[in-house]
Amino acid sequence: MNTQDRMPHRHDIELLRFTTCGSVDDGKSTLIGRLLLDTKNILDDQYASIQSTSTQKGFADVDLSLLTDGLKAEREQGITIDVAYRYFTTPKRKFIIADTPGHIQYTRNMVTGASTANLALILIDARKGMVEQTCRHAFIASLLRIPHVVVCINKMDLVDYSQDVYEKIVDDFSMFASRLDVQDVQFIPVSAKFGDNVVTRSHHMDWYEGTTLMFHLENVHISGDLNHIDCRFPVQYVVRPQQDEHHDYRGYAGKIAGGVFRQGDKVMVLPSGFTSRISKIDSFDGEIMEGFAPMSVTMLLEDALDISRGDMIVRENNSPQVGQDIDLMICWLNDKKMEQGNRYVLRHTTREVRCMVKDVRYKIDINTLRRIEDDAIFGMNDIGRIQLRTTSPLFFDSYRRNRNTGSVILVDESTNETVGAGMIL
Amino acid sequence: MFSYRLDHLRELESESIFVLREVAAQFERPALLFSGGKDSIVVSYLAMKAFYPARVPFPLLHIDTGHNFQETIQFRDYWAEKLKINLLVRSVQDSIDKGRVQEEKGINASRNALQTVTLLDAIAELKLDAAIGGARRDEEKARAKERFFSHRDDFGQWDPKNQRPELWNLFNGRKNTGEHFRIFPLSNWTELDVWRYIQLEKIELPSLYFSHQRKVFERSGNLYALGDFMKLAPGEVALEKTVRFRTIGDITCTGAVESNAKNLDEIIAEVAVARTTERGTRIDDQRSESAMEDRKKQGYF
Repeated sequence: MNTQDRMPHRHDIELLRFTTCGSVDDGKSTLIGRLLLDTKNILDDQYASIQSTSTQKGFADVDLSLLTDGLKAEREQGITIDVAYRYFTTPKRKFIIADTPGHIQYTRNMVTGASTANLALILIDARKGMVEQTCRHAFIASLLRIPHVVVCINKMDLVDYSQDVYEKIVDDFSMFASRLDVQDVQFIPVSAKFGDNVVTRSHHMDWYEGTTLMFHLENVHISGDLNHIDCRFPVQYVVRPQQDEHHDYRGYAGKIAGGVFRQGDKVMVLPSGFTSRISKIDSFDGEIMEGFAPMSVTMLLEDALDISRGDMIVRENNSPQVGQDIDLMICWLNDKKMEQGNRYVLRHTTREVRCMVKDVRYKIDINTLRRIEDDAIFGMNDIGRIQLRTTSPLFFDSYRRNRNTGSVILVDESTNETVGAGMIL
Repeated sequence: MFSYRLDHLRELESESIFVLREVAAQFERPALLFSGGKDSIVVSYLAMKAFYPARVPFPLLHIDTGHNFQETIQFRDYWAEKLKINLLVRSVQDSIDKGRVQEEKGINASRNALQTVTLLDAIAELKLDAAIGGARRDEEKARAKERFFSHRDDFGQWDPKNQRPELWNLFNGRKNTGEHFRIFPLSNWTELDVWRYIQLEKIELPSLYFSHQRKVFERSGNLYALGDFMKLAPGEVALEKTVRFRTIGDITCTGAVESNAKNLDEIIAEVAVARTTERGTRIDDQRSESAMEDRKKQGYF
């Protein structure tokens, strides 16, 4: 048994996923380009390619935003259509950036990028201050419960690196954020174009005593982002080897969605309610004494129970809610409208059920946070509160408590498209 | 202080294993596209871990251009045997013989693009509903927009502007008859992650990845292996160099790099300070700015 070797508790590199919200005008692409360049994550052939494009277009400087240009259609139109994922590494952390376009029609992309992020990076143009789009980004970060928010006040070079400008924006944002549910907000004045406070400290803003963006990204405390209290193990796949040497082997494979499971733990299986003990947590590398989120493991139980995909293994004294009436906030992702009475396929953890929209409570104007109660039809990018009735029970937690067991997607059965993203209240 | 946190390689491993198990659960006839390169070796290795102690519940499928390094083919057969995974091979030569595709002509002729037809034919013949690949988002800008579960219509085409949103880890593999999915378990891995994982897990690789002596020649800034499929053009000269390959594909479009890295430590040190991307040695991508995007729309890997 070698838990110690296999799962080092003191690790070299941590993974941080963050999402960037902003439009081309905010300098988002330039900021990402700057992060990549100043952390030496841009390679010669990539730099040469944007250098020649910049020259060809007649730009005075190398346009760093070209580094994040994606598809041909996007280059032609000078816009970002879809979420693009980018990667860079420093000695401390590996970063996954979900780079999302900021325009209102791309709310669904922002939601997609935000769904897996530990941190949201919101850009504000120092010349313009808070705009509608900033409110929208902050709202989505709060709705998707991204644990950390960094507000980069960019283009400080164009406002003479003014402390007053910076502080006015900090005040405005803080005022707006007080109506939201964001816990950890940091403000950083930067100039992406010249690199001030991105990776290296600015010489132009002595009044700023905080850290650089890079320092913050490398050091923000993320180990508390996952729920390690409530034990939740959605059964994903049943491993039955059908080989003589493993004749009676019946393992429940899955990714731990919450909590810590140990060998010998008394557990309960949902929906049956039967109890047993964990006889073994197995992996290719041998037995594991304890498994925790987000590990993928295979669990074996002492008793032979009838368990299949979509069931959930939990601790007896700490079970999720079980029910068929689900209250949730939903973000609509499709042109085909949603209204009361519509039916969908619902996916929650590894479980798939059918559901009906029982009630539409309200929509939210995401720019003003006002509730709209006289329009019960959801179109693309609409966000609001609804109630669903499922054909069989879900085992769930509130999204606030656990993102893994509190999130659902809706699928349109006629097109098979993913049409809604829901966060259980 | 004790904290429940995984090292980034273990977190990526867990994510990939989750994706592979999701494929086995959601699809009826998946296959793992195996090229003999390090990425597909890592994916097959992760598949072995995902279903342990049971065998991997889907076969390996090699789309063989016929222009392979001998070492790749030997390794492929050895690896399938070792992992006890069923190996299927479909060849571009058959597609040419049947008149499904026409061989490119000229000095830079390659069967790289022809693979797409062979692959789509194989998917239809074997009635595959999911083809798992080793592509990573860090490789190329068109791949940066790929989903883990990437939908393909009944012509096998990718529509980058109309992809299904992919939220949390809720993967939607529902489809109509005739359509299929491409699945990319290594989406979030970088080249360096793959190498570090190979080192961590002591995964075997074909010898081509390590530095060796080889007869090569230079063409438009790239070094090519001299051999049956690659002949010298007038003015080109054969050189004996110490090289290794950063990617392994069809001989006609895989360039070598000069390197003395003969083990994983040295390769990782080299990759960590490399000044060019690994696809910089892939001549298939250099054909145009959107070479990859265009091929992917047609149904390429």
